Amino acid sequence: MYTWIHKFGSPKHFYRIAGKVIPWTAAITVILFLYGLYGALITSPPDYQQGESARIMYIHVPAAWMSMFVYMILAVAGAIGLIWRIKIADVMAQASAPLGASFTVLALATGSLWGKPMWGTWWAWDARLTSELILLFLYLGYMGLTTAIEDKRTAARAGAILALVGVVNIPIIHYSVDWWNTLHQGATVTKFDKPSIHIDMLIPLLVMAVAFKLYYFTVVLVRARADVLFNERRSAWARDIVAKVKL
Amino acid sequence: MGGYGLYVWSSYALALVLLLGNLVAARVHRKKILQDLISRLRREKSS
Amino acid sequence: MFRAFVAMFNRDILLAYRHRSELINPLLFFVIIISLFPLALGPESRVLSTIASGVVWVAALLAALLSLDAVFRSDFADGALEQIVLSPQPLTMLVFAKVLAHWCVTGVPLILMSPLLASMLHIKDAALGTLMLTLLLGTPVLSLVGSVGVALTVGLRRGGMLLSILVLPLYIPVLIFAAGAVNDAAAGLAVTAQLTFLGSMLMLAITLTPLAIAAALRVSLN
Repeated sequence: MYTWIHKFGSPKHFYRIAGKVIPWTAAITVILFLYGLYGALITSPPDYQQGESARIMYIHVPAAWMSMFVYMILAVAGAIGLIWRIKIADVMAQASAPLGASFTVLALATGSLWGKPMWGTWWAWDARLTSELILLFLYLGYMGLTTAIEDKRTAARAGAILALVGVVNIPIIHYSVDWWNTLHQGATVTKFDKPSIHIDMLIPLLVMAVAFKLYYFTVVLVRARADVLFNERRSAWARDIVAKVKL
Repeated sequence: MGGYGLYVWSSYALALVLLLGNLVAARVHRKKILQDLISRLRREKSS
Repeated sequence: MFRAFVAMFNRDILLAYRHRSELINPLLFFVIIISLFPLALGPESRVLSTIASGVVWVAALLAALLSLDAVFRSDFADGALEQIVLSPQPLTMLVFAKVLAHWCVTGVPLILMSPLLASMLHIKDAALGTLMLTLLLGTPVLSLVGSVGVALTVGLRRGGMLLSILVLPLYIPVLIFAAGAVNDAAAGLAVTAQLTFLGSMLMLAITLTPLAIAAALRVSLN
């Protein structure tokens, strides 16, 4: 296992394996998106309370899940980069940040688009939307820090520390926002609560969630692969690859 | 879409724009790096 | 180890004492920010007392942020920070001493000033004690968490604006619980839950942030 990690962690192997993986994940992503969209827009029934507007869920919920998942990736990859000095981990973290921020923006925007017909307002200080907003701030801070530091390795390590501090804070933020929300909004039940979900809605939701995840892996690998090639531009294998590329 | 069409479709459109945008940005990023590396290699060879 | 801690603490207190005028600035900022609110919202005591806890806490947050740069910046500029990082004493201990000293010279005066400002905002008498207690528990957390941000940005030329983006989101839990406690106290409710939570956040910050600060300094100084 450990040797395998080191092998995959070596830039050369990463570049080669990622190159083979990308077409597959891309193809599966497309298939899953088509199937998920078919389920989300056509076969799934409208919600008995929210009607057709519940179809926003198939975008909003996976985006919100991804926004948290990607932040975890930032922290985990950051920790791996800090502790074992694996270069790929640094590259993955850097490549993930803009994607994570996009997912957060998507979750916020769709939450707002969902909120308008449901609450009658574009923005409500709902616990989940507020947590998501704070998560966006954390992403922007991370990206601000890593772009402000010129040396790439220093930037990655500083970002890793920030992401770790953020990850420790996220549960605290989440809990405090929940507490604050129940305090100020009393018994206003948000209609986002869905205690039980119909199976015809659950399946497209899960398919969309997996599709989002694979999409993320595909794009992050494309980005990370290019970054690895750039970082290793002085090594022989990278030169070989560049020499063969035709644009 | 039961009167919610605007909200539903703009959600899906936004998702499409963001996901495609990220994909295109990643590919442009890759292309730029490759072009940069190729020109570096050429300069080294010619010198 | 303990002697190194005390020596570092005394050094920073002494340095702060030599630059007294700089210490006044965050405090003055705190006072001015708070006095802006009555001017913007009108002098009605009913309005002011409802927002008082929030205003005092937001102002404390900003004042803490403003003063934070001083923790490491001047030591970084004259090279002392590098010596500290290279010293054989555990860096976590030394940075903790520095942050503690910084809190003593910026946080404590802020707590002492707060009753005066709170009464200017017509805060309810019942909430005054809670306000001071939340500041006592909360401002060290602000100093500790903020120092992580300072340690990460100390090498950057224009770290000031970035620092606030890094640090302010992390301050939100403190703000929520502290301002919530003061509001509840003003309404005559029990506030033990919030105070306990603030206390545990303080404990968590004391145990974890020195590690993060030390790691961040090592990264920043390379």
